[in-house]
Amino acid sequence: MSSAGRATASLRHRLAERGIDSTLFLLVPGLVVAVALFVYPFSYGIGLTIQPTAAMREQWGGGALANYVAFFRDPFVFDSVWLTMRLALPAALFNVLASVPVAMVLRHRFRGKRLLTSLLVLPITLGTVLTAQGLLIFAGRQGWINRVLLELGMIDEPLKLVNNYLGVMLSLIITGFPFAFLLISSYLSGIDPSLEQAAKTLGAGWWQRFRRIVLPLLAPGLATTFVLTFVLAFSVFPSARLVGDAMGETRVMSLMAFRAFGEQNDYAMASTIALMMGAVELVVVVAVLGLRSLLYRGTTGGKG
Amino acid sequence: MSDFESLELRGVGRRFGGVDALAGLDLTIRAGEFVALLGPSGCGKSTALNCLAGLLPLTHGEIRLDGRRIDTLPPERRGFGMVFQSYALFPHLSVEKNVAFGLQMQGVPRAEIGSRVRAAIDLVKLGEHAKKLPGQLSGGQQQRVAIARAVVLEPSLVLMDEPLSNLDAKLRLDMRTEIRRLHQSLGLTTIYVTHDQEEALSLADRLVVMREGRVQQVGTPDELYESPASWYVADFMGYRNILPATVVAASGGEAVVELAGAADGGVRLTGRAVGALSAGDRVRVAVRPEDLHVGSTGGGGSTSGGAGVIPGTVSVVEYHGREFAVGVQAGDTMLHARAATAPDVGGAVTLTAPVDRVLVFPESLDAVVPQAQEVAA
Repeated sequence: MSSAGRATASLRHRLAERGIDSTLFLLVPGLVVAVALFVYPFSYGIGLTIQPTAAMREQWGGGALANYVAFFRDPFVFDSVWLTMRLALPAALFNVLASVPVAMVLRHRFRGKRLLTSLLVLPITLGTVLTAQGLLIFAGRQGWINRVLLELGMIDEPLKLVNNYLGVMLSLIITGFPFAFLLISSYLSGIDPSLEQAAKTLGAGWWQRFRRIVLPLLAPGLATTFVLTFVLAFSVFPSARLVGDAMGETRVMSLMAFRAFGEQNDYAMASTIALMMGAVELVVVVAVLGLRSLLYRGTTGGKG
Repeated sequence: MSDFESLELRGVGRRFGGVDALAGLDLTIRAGEFVALLGPSGCGKSTALNCLAGLLPLTHGEIRLDGRRIDTLPPERRGFGMVFQSYALFPHLSVEKNVAFGLQMQGVPRAEIGSRVRAAIDLVKLGEHAKKLPGQLSGGQQQRVAIARAVVLEPSLVLMDEPLSNLDAKLRLDMRTEIRRLHQSLGLTTIYVTHDQEEALSLADRLVVMREGRVQQVGTPDELYESPASWYVADFMGYRNILPATVVAASGGEAVVELAGAADGGVRLTGRAVGALSAGDRVRVAVRPEDLHVGSTGGGGSTSGGAGVIPGTVSVVEYHGREFAVGVQAGDTMLHARAATAPDVGGAVTLTAPVDRVLVFPESLDAVVPQAQEVAA
């Protein structure tokens, strides 16, 4: 048998070698849904963006690309990129950075741990609209915070905590933090606790242990968590409208897309803004994941 | 390297949720000694090690190094090296950087770190792997990195927590020799936790056998091997046959016992009594497989000077190279013996043993604890 190069096994075995077997049928439901609900509508949306309305062609030129010209040339539209970024980046950064110490503490066993964890995660169940409602009642002009501070004489007039940038930021933190916290907790539990014990016996103090052992092993997880919370925050819509300043400092991209769609009946421009929204997110995601690929990403020894 | 005289544990204890994981551990370790803590999982040996390292707070007692109290120090200030069962190598750092970590933490000058790290890596023969990540090494190599990382700091004490339990049998033997060599050549003081009596006997100068958080016996390998203080210790020291029995008569350090559950008619054995025994006491008889002689039933009369004759049926014969391991069913119990030639499976045989090779222990283990500590003192 001089079959060094040629496999002599049956076709079935050779196909299996390349990952082709009957389990591939498991992909069918997912593929059908993906094509029907994503690929087709997405392609259709892209098609829409190059069919600008006559008014847009007239105003911005550029022929079929008039919507894109409008997006980049119209400061009212284009500024929304910066306005959204200004909310999403700090919110995602805060959610990730604030989760780390909390998740570190909650690794240990102590009385009331479960209660505390539940409280931290509870906002996930609320949804953005309920959160916005709560913020308005709690932090609005006539809200509890302002009433208490006024009664105590600590302020002379109500603090402006909602219907502005701060209100949206608070809402993004309330809804985004639990996600970040849960993700980072699970990444942390994947790090073998004996690594820190080993670092202890080698003379490392808590900061050195965190800086030299935990952080490098956690960093890829932090990057992933940042990406997810960033995408979540970047597509902010209900809270930007409900607790924000919808036509001013929280005029985010999703609001602009909604405005083009709902108020101007310009589906083509709405699609263009939505597409550009995705493009901006993609740039940030690719940049962060690019940085992540430079980090150590092997095993962290724990239970995963 | 061990820059101290003695390490003293006094009444060290640790409770977990109302249960004593470790209680009343008294032990003095002299510089240069190799002490093994031996026992099954859950006996408190790892708890003791973690308490020593400072990774677990004590609930009772104190630890002193040359009279200076150290149980109040955090682990990073104790200066003990520790080798973990899982190795606990930093997966994102190369072998070199793993070994250098402790030196960096101590603020050792860079040039000195370089040379000491190289020396430590050479010591465990990993020179060519210095730049690799732990994940690229085999289990035995990772184990050697863990040892290098612990000894590069020239610690006063090295703590090893079942360091060989994740290795295969052959590698375990090699590493055992390696650990003993390092201990001797570096003049380390080592405390070694294991559940493997062979490992403990071959490595340690002194053994501490533990059970349910308490010390059962402390002594040299020879002392424990030849005169275990209880059937529990005997069980660990290779007395594979531990048989329940009742004392018929006891005098002059010898006891005649009747085996429980042996073939009908009652089998009587004479053995060396360990501790005070009197007629009617429930006891455990311990005999090593290599001390049980397998004879044919027809032989007869060859029992003079022996402890007695146990009749049985051969049920298993295993080839062990120079000899055969024979399993003999005697009544309800299976006895383990050795034979130079393989007996027929299913054949009737008799088992005999010299009187001084049959040890008779009181059944209760709690009763022997004071005696075990007497041996320790």
